[in-house]
Amino acid sequence: MLEISNLIKRYGHDEPVLQGLDLVVEDNSVVAIVGASGAGKSTMLRCINRLVEPTSGSIRLNGMELVSLRGSTLRKARRKIGMVFQGFNLIDRLTVMENVLAGRLGYVSLFQAITRRYPPQDIERAFTLMERVGIAQYSNKRADELSGGERQRVGVVRALMQEPEVLLADEPTASLDPRTSEQIMMLLQSLASELSLPVLINIHNVAQAKTYTERIVGLRHGKMIFDGAPADFNKEALDAIYGGIEAPDDEIIAEPAQAAKKNAKKKEVTDDRL
Amino acid sequence: MTASDDDGTTPRTWRKPPFIANPLLRYGLLAVLVIYLVWAFGSLPFNWERISQGLPRAARIFGGGFPPSFERFDLLLTGFKESLQIAVLATLLGVLLSIPFAVMAARNVAPLPVYLLGRAVIIISRSFHPVIVAILFVAAVGFGPLAGILTLTLYSIGFVGKLLAEEIEEIDWGQVEAMKATGAGYFAVLVYAVFPQILPRQVGLSMYQLDSNLRASAVVGIVGAGGIGSTLMNAFGRYDYAFAFAILLVIIAVILVSEGVSGWVRKKIW
Repeated sequence: MLEISNLIKRYGHDEPVLQGLDLVVEDNSVVAIVGASGAGKSTMLRCINRLVEPTSGSIRLNGMELVSLRGSTLRKARRKIGMVFQGFNLIDRLTVMENVLAGRLGYVSLFQAITRRYPPQDIERAFTLMERVGIAQYSNKRADELSGGERQRVGVVRALMQEPEVLLADEPTASLDPRTSEQIMMLLQSLASELSLPVLINIHNVAQAKTYTERIVGLRHGKMIFDGAPADFNKEALDAIYGGIEAPDDEIIAEPAQAAKKNAKKKEVTDDRL
Repeated sequence: MTASDDDGTTPRTWRKPPFIANPLLRYGLLAVLVIYLVWAFGSLPFNWERISQGLPRAARIFGGGFPPSFERFDLLLTGFKESLQIAVLATLLGVLLSIPFAVMAARNVAPLPVYLLGRAVIIISRSFHPVIVAILFVAAVGFGPLAGILTLTLYSIGFVGKLLAEEIEEIDWGQVEAMKATGAGYFAVLVYAVFPQILPRQVGLSMYQLDSNLRASAVVGIVGAGGIGSTLMNAFGRYDYAFAFAILLVIIAVILVSEGVSGWVRKKIW
C-alpha cells in the first residue's frame, strides 16, 4: 500500500509544483494520473522514488517512510520501487539481457555487476519475464536495435526484475505509436493483476486511462481535483483538469494518438545529481 | 523586373547585418589591428643582414642532408623502438588514469570538492607544454625513457581527462536516473549508465592520443627524455645532417602511418 500525505514540492522560491497532495493506493490496483503538462504528475512520481527531493510531506510504502531516507537505506528502499520511463532510459550500448539484469543492481555486489556474474536465479527470472512480454529472442541484441514498443517492454521487465512492491510509470506510452501504446497499457494492466502490484501511471491519453485503469486521479497546478472511477470521469472532470489549457476536448477523447504525440517531446528537467 | 520600375517603387534590398553592429567599434578594432601590426613589425629586431646570410646556410644544411643516409640504420631502429615504447606505455597509463580524473572533473557526477580537485589536476597537467614538463622530469629522474613516459602520461591525463569530463557532463541523464531508480550504488551507476555512453569517445580519444604521443615522444627526446628525439639531437650535434635528414623522413613516414591507422579505427568505432 502506498500512502502519500500532504506532499509538497517547491523548486527554489517558485510557486510549489505540488501543493499538499494526498493519495492512497491499495495493493493490486492500477491508477492513472492525468493532468496537463506542468501539473506535477511527473514530479509526484519522482518524489516517490526520490529522484526528486520532496520539500515536505510523507510518503509511506507498506508502512515504511520514504521521505526521510538517506544513503544506503534509500537505495534499499528504491529496490522496491520499479520505474518505467517515457524515453525508456535503456542503456543503449548494452544488450537487452544486461539492461534487464540492471534491475538487480540494487541486490548484487559491484564485482558481480561489473563482471555480469548475476546469480542464476536472477538470470532465470530475467528469461521468464522476457518470455512473458515476448522479448526473450532479443536477449543478446543491443538495446538500441529494438523498436520503441520492444524497448519499453525491456524497460518494464527491468523494473519488474527489482521485485518491486509498487510500479511507477512516467508516461510510458507517450513516445510510442497508438497501437504499441495500447499494447503496453494492456501489458501493465495484466502484470499488475498477475503480480498483485499497485501501478501508478502518468498518462496524457485520457481514453487509454479510462480503458486500462481502475481509478483516475486528476491533477491541476499541483492539486488533486479528481479522484474516482473511469466511469465517473466525465466532461466536467476533463474540463476541470485541462480546461483553458489544452486544445478542444474532442481531440483529447477521440484521437488519443494525437494527444500522445503532442506530449511526446515533453521532458521533465530535474536539478538532481548522481 | 520592368514592372517594378513602372510602379515607381524602389526594389527592396537586403544586406547581411555586420558581425559587429556598432560601426565605431567595428572600424576601431580594424584600426587597432593595423596599428599593432605596424608597431610589431617596426619594433621587433629583425636583422635582415643575418637573415640573408642565414638563407645560404640553411641551403647548405639541406644540401648536406641530401641524399639522406641510412648507414646507421641500427641506431635509427633503436631510437624508434624506444619512442614507440614510450608512446604506447604513456598512452595506456595516461588513458587509464584519465578515467578516474575525468569522473572527478565532471560536475554532474562529482560532488563539489572532488570536482574542484579533479579540475585542478587536469588544469595543472595541461598548463605546461610537454617539452617543459620533460625538462622537469629529466631533472627529476635523469636522462632516458622514464622521463619521457612520465611526461607523456601527464600530458595524456590532461588532454583525455578534460575531453572525457566534458563528455560525461553531456551524457543522457535519463539512463543515470533509471539506474538510480533500481537502487544501484554510485559505482554501479557509473559502470552501467555513464561508461557505456562515453565508451566510443574514449576509444577515439585513446587512438588520437597514441598518435599525438608518438609525435610528442620525438620532441621530448630532444631535451633528453629518450627515444628518437635524442638520436636526432645527437645527429645534429655531430653535424651528421644526412643521418638527421633520414631520421626526419622516417618520423614523417611513421606519423603518416599512425594517422592513417588511427583514422581508420576511429571511423570503425564511431
